Amino acid sequence: MNALMKKFTHRMKPMFEQLGQWWEKRVGTHLTRLGHRLTHNKVLDVSHTRWRVFNRVNIPITNRLREASVGYLFVLIWIIGYLIFALYPIFYSLYLSFFNVRLDGASINLTFVGMGNYRAAFLEDPFFIEILIDYGISMLLNVPVTIVFALIIAMLINQDVKGKGVWRTIFFLPVIISSGPVIGELMAQGATTLPSLEEFGFVQLVLNNLSEFFANPIQTLFDSILLVLWFAGIQILILLAGLQKINREVYEAAQIDGASPWEAFWKITLPSIMSLVNVVIIYTIVSMSVFSLNPVIIYVRNIMLGPSTPSILTGLGYSATLAWVFFLLMSLIILLFVGVVSLRIRKVS
Amino acid sequence: MRYRAMVKEAYLGLKAKDADRVKVHLRRLLLGMKMTDGLVFKVFIYTLLVSLAYVYLFPMLFMISNSLMTFNDIISANVRWIPSSLHWDNYRLVWEQINFPRALRDGLILAGLPALAATFSSGLIGYGFARYNFPLKKLFFVLMLMTFIVPPQITMLPTFRMYARFNLLGSIRAFIFPAILGQGFNGAIFILIFYSFFKMIPKSLDESAQLDGASPLKIFTRIALPLAVPAIIIVFLFSFVWYYNETNLTGLFLRGSEMSTLPLRIEQFFNEFTSIFPEGSPGREMMQSARLAGNLLAILPLLVLYFFTQRHFVESIDKTGITGE
Repeated sequence: MNALMKKFTHRMKPMFEQLGQWWEKRVGTHLTRLGHRLTHNKVLDVSHTRWRVFNRVNIPITNRLREASVGYLFVLIWIIGYLIFALYPIFYSLYLSFFNVRLDGASINLTFVGMGNYRAAFLEDPFFIEILIDYGISMLLNVPVTIVFALIIAMLINQDVKGKGVWRTIFFLPVIISSGPVIGELMAQGATTLPSLEEFGFVQLVLNNLSEFFANPIQTLFDSILLVLWFAGIQILILLAGLQKINREVYEAAQIDGASPWEAFWKITLPSIMSLVNVVIIYTIVSMSVFSLNPVIIYVRNIMLGPSTPSILTGLGYSATLAWVFFLLMSLIILLFVGVVSLRIRKVS
Repeated sequence: MRYRAMVKEAYLGLKAKDADRVKVHLRRLLLGMKMTDGLVFKVFIYTLLVSLAYVYLFPMLFMISNSLMTFNDIISANVRWIPSSLHWDNYRLVWEQINFPRALRDGLILAGLPALAATFSSGLIGYGFARYNFPLKKLFFVLMLMTFIVPPQITMLPTFRMYARFNLLGSIRAFIFPAILGQGFNGAIFILIFYSFFKMIPKSLDESAQLDGASPLKIFTRIALPLAVPAIIIVFLFSFVWYYNETNLTGLFLRGSEMSTLPLRIEQFFNEFTSIFPEGSPGREMMQSARLAGNLLAILPLLVLYFFTQRHFVESIDKTGITGE
C-alpha cells in the first residue's frame, strides 16, 4: 500500500512541478502586476504605513488596524456564509415564535400574538415545563459523566498501549454508528443494551439497599450509561487529538522535579487542553439535546408536524417558541458548565 | 557448634537480603519506576480498554452474526452467536438491490467534497478567530455558537425554502456552498475545534515568523497548519462521517435527484421491501437480517477510511525551539 502511494507521488511530482512553473510564469506574474496596479494608482495608493485615497486622504495603518483587517479577511467567508445561509432561517424562526402560524397549502397565514406563545408555553402547556425540568436534570447528570469518561478513555489510549490503531478504530465506532440511522436500528433490535449489565443485577441491588433519594439518580445514571458511552465517541477523539499535541518532554521535566502523575494531570494535562474541554462541553450538551430521541425534541416535533396536538397550540409558531425556550435553557446549561470548569481550573493552577 | 551457628546466621542474612531484593524486583515489576509503567497499571489499563471496547463491539458483533443468519437461526433458541452456516444471501440481496458500487461512489462524492470544503473553510475561520483581534469578534463568535445550538429541527423548514429559492436543491451544490462558507452540518463545531487548536500554539512562534518577514498567509500555511494536523484530520473525518450518515436533511435536499447516499438508498430499499412484503407474508423473514447486512455495508467504507487515516494522528510535533515561555 505504502509502496504504491510512494510510486504514485513519485509519478505525480514532475507534473506538479511543471504546473507550478507554468503558474509562476504565465499566471503569477500577471497577477502580481495586476495586484500592483490595483494598489498603486490615483484612487488608492497603498504603502506600508498608510493608505492614500484619491491622492488626498491619508489613512495611517496602525498595527491594530492591520491586525483587524487581516483577521476580517480570515473570517470573511464565515460572515458571508452567515449572512446568506444562517441569518434568515434562525431569525425567521424567532420571528415566527411571536405569531400564530397556519399553513394552508403553500401559503402561510400569520397572526401576531406578541408574547402569547411564550405565556402559553410557561403557563398553559401541561407538559412542556415538566419535560424541560427532566431534561435539565438529565443534562446535569449526564454531561459530567460523559466528559470525565471521554477524558479517561482519551488518556488511556494516549498511553503506550499495544495496538493503538485497533483501539482508536474501536473507539471511533460510536462516532460512525451514533451519527447515522444505524443507532436507531440497533436500539430497535435491543443491541445497545448490555445483557450482562442486567444479569449482574447491580441496579436492582442499589434499588433494594439505598433510600429512594440516592437510588433514583443512580438508576437513571445506569439507564443512560450506555447512551452516555455511545455519545462519547467524538469527545474521545477531540481530546485525544489535543493530548497528542502536548509535548512529552514537559511531563519528563515535571517528573524529574518530583511531580506525581496526579499533579501532572492537574497542572499540565488539563490546562493544556482546557479550550478543547470547553469545546467538548458545548458539543456534548448540544448533541445530547438535539438528538432526535430527546423528549424535548420529540415534543417540539410533534407540535410542529403531529396531528395529535390541541388546536390552539397547533402550528409552527408555537413549536418555534418552544424551540427558542429550549435554546435559552441549553445556552444557560452550557454557560453554567463552561463557567464552573473554567473557575475550577483557575483555582487549581 | 559455633561454626554451625555462624553458617545459620549467614544463611539467614543472605535469605533476608535475597527477600529484600526479590521484594524490590517484584515491586518494580508491579508498580514500575513511576506509576504508569508498572504491571498493575498495565493490567488496569487493558482491563478498562477491553471492557469498554466490548460495549462498543457488542452491537457490531451482533450485527455481523445476525446478518449472516437465516431466519431459522434467528428464531432458534440454540443459535445465539454463531450461525449454523454462513448465509451470504442477505448481503447479496442488499448489494444487488441498492446497486452498491454506484451508491458507494455517489456517497463518497456527496460526503467527500463537502467535507473537504468544510475542513478548508473552518480552518481559515478558526485561525482568524483564534489569532486576530478585530471589532465585533465576540459578537460573531456568539452568533457562530448560536448556529450550532439552535435545534436544526426548527430551522429546517425555512432552510429548505431558502435553498429552493437559491436553486440549490437536488444537487451536490446544496452541501458544498454552505460548507465552503463555513455553514455546513455542524460547521460551528469544526470552527471551534480549529479555534482551540490554534489557541494552543504559542503566539511567540507567529511573532518570530513575523519578524522574519512572513506574511499572515505564509504564517498560516507554514506554521499554523502543520502544527494542527490532528485537528485537520479529525475535522475532515467527522465532517465526512456526518455528511455520509446524515439522512434527514440529505433526503430532503436531494429529493427527486439521481444522486443519493448509501444509508439513504438502504432506507429506500427497505421501505420498498416492506411495501412489497407486508407483515407476515413470505419473504418478510429475510428483512431483519438483510437490514443488518445493509447497515453493515453502509458503515464499512467509513471503517476502512478511518483505519487508514488514524495513523496520521501524529505524535506531538510541537518540538519547536521556544525557550523562556
